[in-house]
Amino acid sequence: MTDEVKQQWKTAKNQDIFKMDTQGYLDMELLRFTTAGSVDDGKSTLIGRLLYDSKSIFEDQLDAVKASSEKKGLQHVDLSLLTDGLRAEREQGITIDVAYRYFATPKRKFIIADTPGHIQYTRNMITGASTANLALILIDARKGVIEQTCRHSFIASLLKIPHLIVCVNKMDLVDYSEEVYNRIVDEYKKFAAHLDVKDIEFVPISALHGDNVVDRSTNMDWFKGSPLLNTLENVHIGSDWNHEDARFPVQYVIRPHTDAFHDYRGYAGRIAGGVFKPGDEVVALPSGFTSKIKSIATLDGDLYEAFAPMSVSITLEDEIDISRGDMLVKKGNQPENTQDVDAMLCWLNNKSPQPGAKYFLKHTSNDARAVIKEINYKVDINTLNKQEEDKSVKMNDIFHARLRTTKPLFTDSYNLNRITGSLILIDEGTNETVAAGMIQ
Amino acid sequence: MNSYKLSHLKELESESIFVIREVAAQFEKPALLFSGGKDSIVCFHLARKAFFPANIPFPLVHVDTGHNFEETLIYRDNLAKKYGAQLLIGSVQESIDSGRVTEEKGYNASRNVLQTVTLLDTIEKYKFDACIGGARRDEEKARAKERFFSHRDEFGQWDPKNQRPELWNIFNGRKNVGEHFRVFPISNWTEMDVWQYILHENIEMPSLYFTHERECFVRDGVIYAHANVIPLKPTEKVEKMQVRFRTIGDISCTGAVLSTANSVEEIVAEVAATRVTERGSRIDDRRSEAAMEDRKKSGYF
Repeated sequence: MTDEVKQQWKTAKNQDIFKMDTQGYLDMELLRFTTAGSVDDGKSTLIGRLLYDSKSIFEDQLDAVKASSEKKGLQHVDLSLLTDGLRAEREQGITIDVAYRYFATPKRKFIIADTPGHIQYTRNMITGASTANLALILIDARKGVIEQTCRHSFIASLLKIPHLIVCVNKMDLVDYSEEVYNRIVDEYKKFAAHLDVKDIEFVPISALHGDNVVDRSTNMDWFKGSPLLNTLENVHIGSDWNHEDARFPVQYVIRPHTDAFHDYRGYAGRIAGGVFKPGDEVVALPSGFTSKIKSIATLDGDLYEAFAPMSVSITLEDEIDISRGDMLVKKGNQPENTQDVDAMLCWLNNKSPQPGAKYFLKHTSNDARAVIKEINYKVDINTLNKQEEDKSVKMNDIFHARLRTTKPLFTDSYNLNRITGSLILIDEGTNETVAAGMIQ
Repeated sequence: MNSYKLSHLKELESESIFVIREVAAQFEKPALLFSGGKDSIVCFHLARKAFFPANIPFPLVHVDTGHNFEETLIYRDNLAKKYGAQLLIGSVQESIDSGRVTEEKGYNASRNVLQTVTLLDTIEKYKFDACIGGARRDEEKARAKERFFSHRDEFGQWDPKNQRPELWNIFNGRKNVGEHFRVFPISNWTEMDVWQYILHENIEMPSLYFTHERECFVRDGVIYAHANVIPLKPTEKVEKMQVRFRTIGDISCTGAVLSTANSVEEIVAEVAATRVTERGSRIDDRRSEAAMEDRKKSGYF
């Protein structure tokens, strides 16, 4: 980090925007985003800036990073050392695993899933993307849309990250040219027409100099949109959860067996979709028995309604047999009840799937066993083309398959619900998680 | 039209409760590692919420280094009594007496490293298959790579390069005989979130976190509490200081900070303004750049 940059950061830091309002902080929203990038695209610099400007890098952390940079003989402070936490990562100068970073402004708390671009790329990006509301895609203004940009974007759309922000970075190296920026935006839009992402924003930035990161850039008066941080603070995430289709996977049954709560049976779980209220008529799957919600209990008192992603405990008017893996839903709106599941799978393990091999399957709170019946096609994640001839699956491959399960699952399409629409496969021998699945 | 919004604290709470319930559902013999520090206190509070109105269906386990602050032990015992929780104690002193570990010598001797052996022995003795801990990813760079469900082999070791991918909120707790898991429900919380939550939930905290006058001395820029277990160097002088602790661990490795914060509100304001991480005063992390990673690999939590 040059003295000039340091000075700019100090200035930004002292601005009111990062002053913490104690009361306001109690009522902030949480935004989870993932960043994807390759070597030298400025991702570390951008994250470093967001963390530093929001006072999330502390002096002792910065001192440690400075010392390490000097030890490596670097002229500048290497901010990637902040996220590369493992000894092997620092030694080899690579990022092995997803690292989670945290910062907050008075408006929002942010969780960054920082995914590496070097090895096991797809596996890590899918892990980071699975819980994200938003993905930051970085494009080097000098290079434009490259293969890697397409790969990042495709995975973001596959994992149904609701919002994308495309940062055209290093604008300082193209003389802050509006023409270059517009060309890249057009190029990206053309490609993105093949993707299934509804909300895409573009912003021209220079992470190194701070243009349009926190403050509006004076070098790019032609840009009328918001700076990056402003967009991160204001993107509407309230409707990212499904509040239409009521789904309550039962996670655990609470039975106190005490005098005060002798016959108490609470069905504990996290709401996966829709809204539940006392008095609502519900159906328990798989039994099909119906009852009414008596109460939605928490330690802080009963609730008059509950919605995703709240963790609650539901009691019913009738005593019916319900256990972990069952699901409470509403009569007129039920999930698929099936043993044949079509899904896009991403293979995460060195050991390729063997024909006829059985796996443990986890879907919401349900456990089953499954066999991969048929691999329909693989997807080339650089071109998005289907490959129907070569169906041999290796680590990081994405493919469409049909699974057959030992018992019925209650599923929704991943498009409609990221919780009831997702599953993982586990190797029966090693217990490793070998595949992530998005149900079609 | 309702807007179905949760504040970030409620969303974090809900995520943590989900993780804690997953532990109870997926494992046969879980336990909650309880140090008496703020993070384990918050975990305990979350566990109460997770199983309300039933009691927490697993015991609290404290690995007692024998070098704990008196206040921590009193708080621990009161808490267990008040909420009817079962408390099990693993003793580092016993590990020393039985020759399982050898006490470090010298001015900087600490029992922090020794407690890994006691912890693993305790896990083996009670056959725990999952231990819930209050570690957070924002604390330390090795912890930033940690999973919610962290797999440990039969030697209790963490293999950071070969962790299971963790997708959505589907947690894979499958294991072979002899292996176990460490589970970190508040992985996504920051120090600020923890204090804001304590404020929001009005959770009673040990007195050590609030300002008090204490006999202290300074070594290598760290303020230590003056206690029998840390021998003074000839040049070190004990003086009275107005301090509080940001983290609570073993006396020999926990540094204090000068502070006049007397309430949770004041602590929140102090945390918001502070420029040094809470682990900056943890002597155990200062031993080397990879001190935490090395301890975690050998079974530390």
